[in-house]
Amino acid sequence: MTSALNPKYSFDTFVVGAANRLAVTAGRTVAENPGAAYNPLFIYSGSGLGKTHLLMAVGHAAKKAAPALNIEYLTLDEYVEAFHAAIAAGQGDAFRRRFQNVDVLLVDDVQFLTNRKEMQSELLRLTEALQVGGHQIVLTSDRPPPEIADLDERLISRLSGGLVVDIGAPDYETRVAILRRKAEERGAKFEPGVLETVAGAESGNVRELMGALNRLVAFQAVNDRSINAETAKQLLGIGSEGADGGKAAAREGAGPAARGPGDEFGDFLADVTVTVGKAVEAWRARVGEAVLRWEGEGYRTRRLEALLERDTPSAVDEVIASFTQDVERLKELEAEVAELDPQAAGQSVFRDPERLGEAEEVATKVRDGAAPPPGPSAAFPLAAYAVGPSNEVAVGAARAVLKQPGKKYNPLVLVGKSGLGKTHLLNAIGLELARGKRAVVACLSTQAFVDELIAAIDGDRVDWWRARYRRATALLLDDIHLIAGKERTQEELFNLFNLLQDKERQLVFTAPAQPHALPGLEERIASRLAGGLVVEITEPDREVKRAVLERLLGQQNASPDPALVDYLADRPAESVRGLVGELQRVVGAAAAQDGPLTAGLAREVLEGQAPRDSRRSAGFRTSGIVVSSLGGIKSREKIVWDWSDVADRVIEEFR
Amino acid sequence: MSLVNFTTREITCKIVYYGPGRSGKTTNLHYIYGRVPDSRRGRLVSLATQTDRTLFFDFLPIDLGQISGFSTRFQLYTVPGQVYYNATRRLVLQGADGVVFVGDSQARQLDENLESLQNLQSNLLEHGVDIRTIPLVLQYNKQDLPRELILSAADLDDALNFRGVPSFSADALHGKGVFETLKGISELVLKKLAAGTAA
Repeated sequence: MTSALNPKYSFDTFVVGAANRLAVTAGRTVAENPGAAYNPLFIYSGSGLGKTHLLMAVGHAAKKAAPALNIEYLTLDEYVEAFHAAIAAGQGDAFRRRFQNVDVLLVDDVQFLTNRKEMQSELLRLTEALQVGGHQIVLTSDRPPPEIADLDERLISRLSGGLVVDIGAPDYETRVAILRRKAEERGAKFEPGVLETVAGAESGNVRELMGALNRLVAFQAVNDRSINAETAKQLLGIGSEGADGGKAAAREGAGPAARGPGDEFGDFLADVTVTVGKAVEAWRARVGEAVLRWEGEGYRTRRLEALLERDTPSAVDEVIASFTQDVERLKELEAEVAELDPQAAGQSVFRDPERLGEAEEVATKVRDGAAPPPGPSAAFPLAAYAVGPSNEVAVGAARAVLKQPGKKYNPLVLVGKSGLGKTHLLNAIGLELARGKRAVVACLSTQAFVDELIAAIDGDRVDWWRARYRRATALLLDDIHLIAGKERTQEELFNLFNLLQDKERQLVFTAPAQPHALPGLEERIASRLAGGLVVEITEPDREVKRAVLERLLGQQNASPDPALVDYLADRPAESVRGLVGELQRVVGAAAAQDGPLTAGLAREVLEGQAPRDSRRSAGFRTSGIVVSSLGGIKSREKIVWDWSDVADRVIEEFR
Repeated sequence: MSLVNFTTREITCKIVYYGPGRSGKTTNLHYIYGRVPDSRRGRLVSLATQTDRTLFFDFLPIDLGQISGFSTRFQLYTVPGQVYYNATRRLVLQGADGVVFVGDSQARQLDENLESLQNLQSNLLEHGVDIRTIPLVLQYNKQDLPRELILSAADLDDALNFRGVPSFSADALHGKGVFETLKGISELVLKKLAAGTAA
């Protein structure tokens, strides 16, 4: 009455995949230890997924493990038939005994118990008896016990009491594996891709898969030629049936255009793409880019991030533009502050556009705190500089420098003896340069420069000192030869020189002699000085002298006596300073006599002896403090030209 | 986990399949796994008990590639449905961008559905998330079972869908409704992105 086990249906031919792994494992366990592990084992799955195969495989394995075992396989229908036959023959008890002695009972398709009350109670009894006897019972169904309609509660709990496992539809890989195995069994060979195509054609059921394979095998056998994936598709009607074709297409990595209408993943992807496209609007992408960029440069981007948090922000581009502008301003401020005070530039305000105001304040503070380098003296205007053949080259060079600071003659070195007007010209250049917008002109004597550096080293603020000069748009140093022997200053000057020259900022120096002739000046500095324009100012010529005299006399509110000017201008003078000294003596004498300034007086003063007594009564000299009537010139040389009887007067005053 | 990272130009959606035990959460993932091209999916990590019940969680990463300049990834998780794995459920729920509640359509499972839905609410609250604000869709699974065993989608809507969120009838085993559900939740999650959960 019971069916024989089909030898084809063993575990060896059962392809295991994720969907059926558990069922197979349970089946093997049961076959190895009947009645011990899961009793009853209840396997359920949809049609054609391998229930029967698995059930028979359990039988085969159990038989193989213990050949003496009494193994019975039958479908429920067969069981019912046998039961009815036994009852009809009056052999009910024998029937029961027979099944109670079975070591492994395999019952297929128990879902047909529906509406068979008497069979249900019979099976319940049998199950109990088998379990008590330690015999294994394995059942299959197309649904789990609780879902079998109209099933006795006791039977449900009995059947569910062991292990209930399901077999799912095989996944793609499993389907391919099944097809490979089956094709092999049939001795059929297929071109690569054919089986994959078949597997890709969605069929949730191995039996249908076999049907498809059979069709291919048959087609190949009839036509005596191997078929390719494309033919297989046509043959199986894949592609025309949307879903399957789409799936296969997607598997082949085809683009969206090739997607079939039923490709679930492709549809999903398209759907998501549309949604994301709506969500991530263009403006968001732009804002995102801006955030990315400025964050990368180390700036805070809260303002932009705030945009992203809003639903429909207005004027996105304006916000980005103003943000960018703020960042640029921060950059400017930071660069400016870095020049003034490198330490202050490290502050975080310079990285946060939301704190631009604070950054401006910090910059202002730093700007205020950083005293600008000493500037040119207002006492030496260019207009007051007397020009003549002796210095016209130098003045011409100065004018060229003023026209194109830093570009034409850089550095400009004014060379000449003392008192020829180098300092005047240097300061005059400085004054002119300082008129420029945002001009920071450093104009000072080299001695002051050295002293400042020493003070800075002493106060441990060399950085600040450097920064102070680095921001200068022009550097003018008087008497550069005084740097001789000062190694550190030469070092600093060298660096500063290079930096300023690189930035095309004007450098002007004065020196008593050609750079290479200056002792104690490092070669690297001397060569740099010589590398610019070195112009010499020579002893003042008549024109220069006349101009100087006329200017000075003009300041006395006296109409200059042409004869006096001629006389003084014709006298040999080594320097302008000497000339001025002579003029002062004459002016002094005239004041003492209360007489006019004449060439005669000048001749008398400069060539003869000046009258002593008259000078003593002069009113413009008191207690050693000299108020120069010529104004602006306080050079010692100009003042101490007549202190012959100083001792008498000091004693007099002490009395 | 932020949904959209404008800096790295990434969109990452974490979607959690929630629901009572045996309602078909893992089945959903398996079906999706089977439909996603190899190149687009990561390994389906499944930590199950001997009886194929989800013990910890299932995890399926899906790479949707470049969308609008964003490399877009979906991470699908399931939680263990059984009552006593609540700690795991809460853990998996952390940082979820959206939740799919997979309900069991069987009439006699209605209480389990309700209980699980309440459990979802309280677990979300533990993470400081209001169930009314997180993107949520319902899936009524096992609609393929005989009609006498199950409740109709309309009945289930009445019983479970207080908020009137999108609901989907499904037969996850055969794939019916699986991708519809995934699309539904993705749309909600991504729309929330537009509403400004960014950055």
